[in-house]
This record gives sequence, C-alpha cells and structure tokens, in this order.
Amino acid sequence: MAAVSQNRSYRIAVASGKGGTGKTTVALNLAAMFGEPVQLADCDVEEPNDNLFLRCEQLTPHEVTMLVPEVDPQRCTGCGACGELCQFRGIVSLGSRALVFPELCHGCGGCALVCPTGAITERPHRIGIISTGQSGSIKLIEGRLEVGVSLVPPVIRGVRDQLQDELPAILDAPPGTSCPVVATLRECDYLLLVTDPTPFGLHDLKLAVALAKELGLPCGVVVNRAGEDLVGLHSYCQAENLPILLSLPDDRQIAEITSRGDLIAHALPEYGLMFAELAEKLKQELGAAGGRP
Amino acid sequence: MNTIAFTTAGQELAAALDPRFGRAANFLIYDTARKSTRIIENQQGRSAAQGAGIQAAETIVRAGVDTLVTGHCGPKAFKVLDAAGVKVFNCTAATVDEALHELLAGRLTAAENSDVEGHW
Repeated sequence: MAAVSQNRSYRIAVASGKGGTGKTTVALNLAAMFGEPVQLADCDVEEPNDNLFLRCEQLTPHEVTMLVPEVDPQRCTGCGACGELCQFRGIVSLGSRALVFPELCHGCGGCALVCPTGAITERPHRIGIISTGQSGSIKLIEGRLEVGVSLVPPVIRGVRDQLQDELPAILDAPPGTSCPVVATLRECDYLLLVTDPTPFGLHDLKLAVALAKELGLPCGVVVNRAGEDLVGLHSYCQAENLPILLSLPDDRQIAEITSRGDLIAHALPEYGLMFAELAEKLKQELGAAGGRP
Repeated sequence: MNTIAFTTAGQELAAALDPRFGRAANFLIYDTARKSTRIIENQQGRSAAQGAGIQAAETIVRAGVDTLVTGHCGPKAFKVLDAAGVKVFNCTAATVDEALHELLAGRLTAAENSDVEGHW
C-alpha cells in the first residue's frame, strides 16, 4: 500500500477510535514540522477545528452538493411509487402529491427512476462547504457539514477531492471507527493511530486496528498523555506488530499552549523536535511499508 | 371526524395519552360511528433510525384516520398529515378518554402548524 501510486504523493491519516486522544494536536504539529510543503485535510467535518490553530488569512469556499428530488405538482399523480422505493423517508407520497424531505434524502436518485410520469427532477442541495487556505507551508482543506445535515461521508469525499496528488497529505480523521472514518481512510497509505494509556483508549485502539486490518492499511501508534502503562498498551502494540512512533508525556504545558490555539511544535522546541522525528519515521515507514498489523 | 387516532403506550381508553407522536408505542383508533376502539402498533415509527414522525404519519394515513390527537407534532410529520388531509389536535389531557371528551366537546382546536421543532 505504501507509496503505491507512481504519480501520487503519500497520504497519512490520523485517527484514534476514542475521541479526545489528540488527533488534531498530532495532525497539526506533524504538519507544522513535516519539513516540506504538506496538505492538511480536516475531515472532522462535524466540528472542524484545525483552522483555529492555523488561522489561514483567506479561505476559499467550495460547495458540496447532493442531488435531491424536486416534484412537479402538475405531473405528479400521487401514485406512491417513489415513497415505496425510498427507505429513508426522503420522499413520501400518500395519495397526494409527493412530499420531499431533503434532510432525509441520501441522493440515490431512485425516486426519479421509478416515477412513471417523469414528475421528479433532481436538483443540487447544499450539504457542506469545503474551504481551502494556506498557512506557512501547510495547505489546509477543511470540510464543514451544513447544520441539520446528517450525511457525513459525501462531505469527507468532497475534502478528498480537493487533495492535490503532487503534495503529501495528512488527513485529520473524525473519532470513531464508523462510516466517516472509513470515508477518510480510503486511498490513504498509512494510518497513524493516536491513543492514550487508559482502558477506553486501548479498547478503541483495538477497534481502530481491526478497521486498519480490514482496509489493509499499515499503521503506527502515537501514545498521548503517556505515563505509567497500567493497561498493557505496550504489550498489545508489540503483539500486534504496531510500532510506537511517538510518546507525548502528560505535560500541563501542552494543554496550556493548545488551549491558546498555538502549536506545541512552535512554542516548545523539544516538542518541535519530537514531531520532526515523527515525520522522518513516517517517511521511513512509508518507504518500508512496515508495521502492518 | 370519523376515525380518530390517539397516541398512547396503553391499550384502552383509560390509558395515558402519550405526548409524543413519532415515537409513541401505539395508536388507539376510535371510530365515532361505531363507538369502537382498536390498537395499531407504531412499530416502524418507534424503531426508525430517522424519520419516525414521517413513518408514524404514514401508518396513521394508511389506517384511514382523519383526525389525530396527540401531545406534540413536529414539522415533518405535520407536513405529511396535512397533505393527506388529517387534522391534528394538540392536547394536554392525561388520558385518552379525557382527550376524546375534550375533542368531542369542541374544546380543542385544529393545529395550523407543527407545535414543536423536529427531535423535540
């Protein structure tokens, strides 16, 4: 998988399983110390926050749309075929003109296909905004889901569509191991899993590793708030052949700097060095394709 | 006003009126001509991941109901009911029986709109 495509630079996803382990902290600081121009894709589209730290001077918006049905009341006979087909109640027809609920529609287009009178046409409906900007050597691509919309993966695909092939990319994934994370990991070459040495951290790391196996992705681990390993995190990683590429200590300074919206890699040189080393290790891992669980 | 649906967790007129529509357990259907009752389970509405109100509204419409008495009705359910010509009455009565009496005594007025936001 690693550095697979000849004409595309590599893509590293930062994910975790458990929320609040430090994905954004790791993704941002890694991007800042990458040593070359890099793209940072904020795929946590339900609450993107990478730009709170990057503060790009200018963001260029791009709309993400999905096709939803529009009913011509003159041609709709209220036959009910569309509503019978739709499993999401995106369109309902009960002996009257069909009613459309865009927020429930999944954009499959089936209703337009089954409509016997051609009363349904499909119109673009905005489900999110992708913003691109530049901050130093980092090109930010941020996805933001429209309020009231629950379809996350299409917006994440919209983020991925904005990625340029010629630049390496770091993808800041949403928490969990469900569809939004899978949508983020598609076409990635390496998965960096951020965890903390707690029972929850280890439990959800195992779920994320299972997902990585399913997707055939090599991965490495970042341990955040590292202290005494009471849960057997290290022995698990060893047994699974997962390299621990970085351990960040449980340091109050990290919290203080992060809460100000600053990057620890910039504010504290010793952490800058750690993230520069992480970048080097990742580039080596990508070259060797090791650490596949 | 011939076929009236009430939201309830119970099975008979003495049962409590459920203030929720989409996720109510049952609909007690009262036939004013025959003065009879029957129960329709809101299985699909309750178990729907989303669109419970719409699903419940479909169940009501397909059962031939023309009047709905419930606590609250959200915008999507109201849109479906309204399009199908079902009158919606919001009611704070404790039991189905009390709600029926209030309705028949003309103390309730038909809603012109949903009275709560979705997912209230």
